[in-house]
Amino acid sequence: MISKEQVSRINSEQVEHIARLARIELTEEEREKFTKELSSILDYFEKLSKVDTSKIEGISQVTGLEDVMREDDAQKIKGSETRNKILEQAPQKKGDYFQVPKILE
Amino acid sequence: MNLPETIEQAHEGLMKKEFSCIELIRAYLDKIKKENKELNDFLGLTEDLAEKQAKKVDDKISRREKIGPLEGIPIAVKDNILVKDYEVTAGSKILKNYIAPYDATVVRKLKEAGAIIIGKTNLDEFAMGSSTENSAFGVVRNPVDTTRVPGGSSGGSAVAVAANHCLGALGSDTGGSIRQPAAFCGIIGFKPSYGVVSRYGLIAMASSLDQIGPLARNVEDTRLIFDAIKGKDSFDSTTIEAKDFKNSTHHLRVGIPKEFFSEGIDRELREKVEKEINKFSEVGFEIKEISLPYSEYALAAYYIVMPAEVSANLARYDGVKYGFSHPAGDHPKGGASLLDLYLKTRAEGFGNETRRRIMLGTYVLSAGYRDAYYHKAQKVRALIKQDFERVFKEIDFILTPTTPTPAFKIGEKTDPLSMYLSDIYTVPVNLAGLPAISVPCGKADRLPVGLQIIGPQFKDDLVLEIAQIYEQLHQ
Repeated sequence: MISKEQVSRINSEQVEHIARLARIELTEEEREKFTKELSSILDYFEKLSKVDTSKIEGISQVTGLEDVMREDDAQKIKGSETRNKILEQAPQKKGDYFQVPKILE
Repeated sequence: MNLPETIEQAHEGLMKKEFSCIELIRAYLDKIKKENKELNDFLGLTEDLAEKQAKKVDDKISRREKIGPLEGIPIAVKDNILVKDYEVTAGSKILKNYIAPYDATVVRKLKEAGAIIIGKTNLDEFAMGSSTENSAFGVVRNPVDTTRVPGGSSGGSAVAVAANHCLGALGSDTGGSIRQPAAFCGIIGFKPSYGVVSRYGLIAMASSLDQIGPLARNVEDTRLIFDAIKGKDSFDSTTIEAKDFKNSTHHLRVGIPKEFFSEGIDRELREKVEKEINKFSEVGFEIKEISLPYSEYALAAYYIVMPAEVSANLARYDGVKYGFSHPAGDHPKGGASLLDLYLKTRAEGFGNETRRRIMLGTYVLSAGYRDAYYHKAQKVRALIKQDFERVFKEIDFILTPTTPTPAFKIGEKTDPLSMYLSDIYTVPVNLAGLPAISVPCGKADRLPVGLQIIGPQFKDDLVLEIAQIYEQLHQ
């Protein structure tokens, strides 16, 4: 169950933490704005605490399909043409690889 | 030339050689170019492709070969669906100039059916919004009243159809994004059952809810496009082959959920919808009041499940693999770090609503909150699905308004939550994976009103049949 103390507010430190987790830089002004907006959305979620779900199993999908398999056939996606079109558009690349800034000194 | 109003009219015109396909397509392209400055429904035209396709159709006609019902018909595609070799932005700065490396399955199928892809339509960034005000490339205007929004997120597709910039369009619907703009613009919008149409080549927003579907001017046209794009696809493991149900439309029972006519609904719109529902009893349908008690919680559950999936799906926009990359990552020259590249690329590349939902999703999935929010919402989703399964034992289909109000003014809804509330009648359908269509049912305060027909899971054909019956009643 959702308890009031736990969730009814989100503070700007929490928003900063979430933004870092989500890899989004915020200005101070943005942080305040999002804190206010996210708080009011989280307040709205409180209505779910009225629903008794103690005996309910959650669902993450609706078709009931499980373990759908197909042959692992690279030919089917005409490998090289699509791959080249994707690589051509990489912001930075080296040969056939995406390149990122150095992460180890 | 006078532009045709429906796919059938265009088909006949082509067959009788009243106009050639290339003439038809050029007339549509001209009309779009003239009107797009104001309406902003198209982000880009696929002119070369359209003309090449049109020539093929003309060759076929000149050889006196039979052409299929969609051959030579101009169709617009929402810009979160890939058309090979054309820019696909999803309405976001982060994908500006990104060229689609392949065709979405639905686009491949349309091309195979001979339909002409005419252009890419504007949308809320990554299909997140209910007004098409969240596009990085400007707001879209409702042709019925250009001071008002067309709805969203498939606002560009709805406007393109309503303004006769094409004879049909593809949209995507995660919580109402086909049906709500169709209602606001006075056209038809159909969200098929989840799994019936392949999502391969659709830029993912919330994968357990997203569904591609058609928008058109009448039910027959809607069905033609739906039949062309549906079917199991080995590139989308969530697809299923639609079963053929033998539908008899005699003595069907209609359920009217009382929860969809309560607080928050526009009075005039409500009266209009109730009046139209009565027409169903006049032609012999049995009307029953039903209750969907958990629908009240659908919007809250949706705004947990959807952002959770959004936050995972949009993690791929990192400035490394494609699209916009912040100069902070202008390695190997500078000394920028990988973390800086991520933080700055995503801060600048994403708009406000997208960032809000990514953060919300990250929060509801984060340690300590996952049970209280995400798992709770998944349980409520199960209850909502059960609600529908229970009522479909007693009734055959459900009628509701598509939206609580008609189209609102551009700039009117500044608070995110009040915007979210405009999807309150469409969201439960996505959580349960059901087929639903919005059909125009008249006007309230001179603005179009949509009637929503919801069917049992995988009874997509029944929903279309009921829509067609209503269309005839309404005329």
